[in-house]
Amino acid sequence: MATTATQPRTIGTGRRSRIHWPRIIHTAFVYMLLISISLFFFFPLLWMMTTAIKPTSQMFQIPPIWIPKPPQWDVFHTTWNRTNFSVYLGNTVLITVLSMIGRVGSCALVGFSFARLRWPGKNVLFLITLSTMMLPFQVLMIPQFLIFKEIGWINTHYPLWVPSFGGAAFYIFLMRQYFMTMPRELDDAAKIDGCGWLGIFWRILLPLSHPALATIAIFTFMSQWNSFLEPLIFLSSSKKYTLALGLAMFRDQFDVDWNAIMAMSFLMVLPCLTIFFLAQKYFIQGISTTGLKG
Amino acid sequence: MGLRHPPAMLQEHFLTRSRRHESLMGWLFAIPWVLGLLLFNLFPFVYSFGLSLTSFRIGYPTEFIWFGNYVEMFTDDPVFGKSFGNTAYFVALGVPLGLVTSLLLALLLNQKVIGVPLFRTMVFVPSIVAGVAVALLWMWILDPNIGLVNHLLREIGIRSPPLWLQDEDWAKPALIVMTLTGAGGATMVIFLAGLQNIPTELYDAARIDGANSLRQFFFVTIPMLSPVILFNTITGIIGAFQVFTLAYVATGGLGGPNNSTMFYALYLYNISFWWGRFGLGAAMAWFMFVVIMVFTMAQLALSKRWVFYAGE
Repeated sequence: MATTATQPRTIGTGRRSRIHWPRIIHTAFVYMLLISISLFFFFPLLWMMTTAIKPTSQMFQIPPIWIPKPPQWDVFHTTWNRTNFSVYLGNTVLITVLSMIGRVGSCALVGFSFARLRWPGKNVLFLITLSTMMLPFQVLMIPQFLIFKEIGWINTHYPLWVPSFGGAAFYIFLMRQYFMTMPRELDDAAKIDGCGWLGIFWRILLPLSHPALATIAIFTFMSQWNSFLEPLIFLSSSKKYTLALGLAMFRDQFDVDWNAIMAMSFLMVLPCLTIFFLAQKYFIQGISTTGLKG
Repeated sequence: MGLRHPPAMLQEHFLTRSRRHESLMGWLFAIPWVLGLLLFNLFPFVYSFGLSLTSFRIGYPTEFIWFGNYVEMFTDDPVFGKSFGNTAYFVALGVPLGLVTSLLLALLLNQKVIGVPLFRTMVFVPSIVAGVAVALLWMWILDPNIGLVNHLLREIGIRSPPLWLQDEDWAKPALIVMTLTGAGGATMVIFLAGLQNIPTELYDAARIDGANSLRQFFFVTIPMLSPVILFNTITGIIGAFQVFTLAYVATGGLGGPNNSTMFYALYLYNISFWWGRFGLGAAMAWFMFVVIMVFTMAQLALSKRWVFYAGE
């Protein structure tokens, strides 16, 4: 990425001293497009925020009011108290954190095995692994429901995080690709120093794979935090609900109280935004590598 | 060869021992996935096919009915056809629109001007706000009476603007527009990475040969980007077949008005978990799986004609 940015932009330095009108017009045009389009994309989110803190009298004014006077900050407080929001939040955090631990751990172990160790059946298993990526959840959900019902897991949080400990095909593939880029000499050196396979994994390769691990953790966070279909199927009592499910049920409860709905939506979205801004690098890297190597 | 040299035998002995140890460790490391694959993927996969051949319904006796569910789906259920048509519409219109939007965004964000990271972030962020929150937000924006869009439309003189999600003809286009706000997300980033991987020498060469920027786009950018286009098309289609959350939240799970947003995955959910008809639901899921498979295979087969892999 960085190398392309350092390429010289114009060939022939002699022209630079003169004002180069086509170039200026081009740049101005690019900026106009960039600004208008990115505002266009970003605007719905802003609308969510501003709706939440708007007094009702200003909600339907045209032209729309972007910065309400005075902002109603207490909407967060009152809606929070009116609803089970804290329960939903607790449930969601629990499920998300356990899933992240499970998926990062299992995918690292399995990815290491696929990348570094030789064992009979590995290639067949790898092919099966890749082909499971094409399985839509719809094919699995009915049998999974029946299995979880059989062992008494319906309306518990287990179906939402336990499967993460079994790994996921896509992230196993990601880990394998990442480990394969590391030189095998590392393993050999560690072996000479008396390291076993577990030592090579734990002490040598794992500390070097932070970017891949972070990518898996972040993607798992995003998908579990926003997951809707699974909680909808596996949970039935509102005490067990996740944020996504609780928020969807809010709508029926508060029908047209858009202040409350937007305030809660914003609270739900906030952790995702925060994580994105903290870990933007891993996001972009993770996505680009999956698209180019996958 | 006669007897082997003792040290060589010894070496081989230790080698096979370490090989055996390696095999054992390999399986041990892979155990989480072996279990996950069997318990949560392969077994349910086979199980659901078995179910699809039965009349399994909660609270009713179960019978083995061969392909009865599949026959019922195609001959005796008008909503099934409608839901499949809705999803086909969504795939046929939403996926190409999404791909073109993502590609145009990527081209724009690939311009070398100051401040691009900021714009990239602004375009990307809406895509991470997924699912329920986005559905609710757009229900508010598109509310027929008090929503922003219709307010603006009335302001510019349109007396009776569309009812959007409550209008049979506008509901699907409205949902497609909702998904387009995520076009700056993963798909765009993958396009962008693809663009940045194209060697600049190719453009220099094209320029020397007298190609203008339009020609450069069609004869350098598009061919070099074709593997990425294929990837994004396949993942886009698989995703569009499964569209669920938006439609569920926006219509309270009913797929209204007049089943115009009853997408395939939503109908499958209703059949299974609302009506408890797990046998029929499993059959619908298997049909969906087969359609996705066929689409993916067809695209991979067709890709040999248009996808260009550099360095092969």
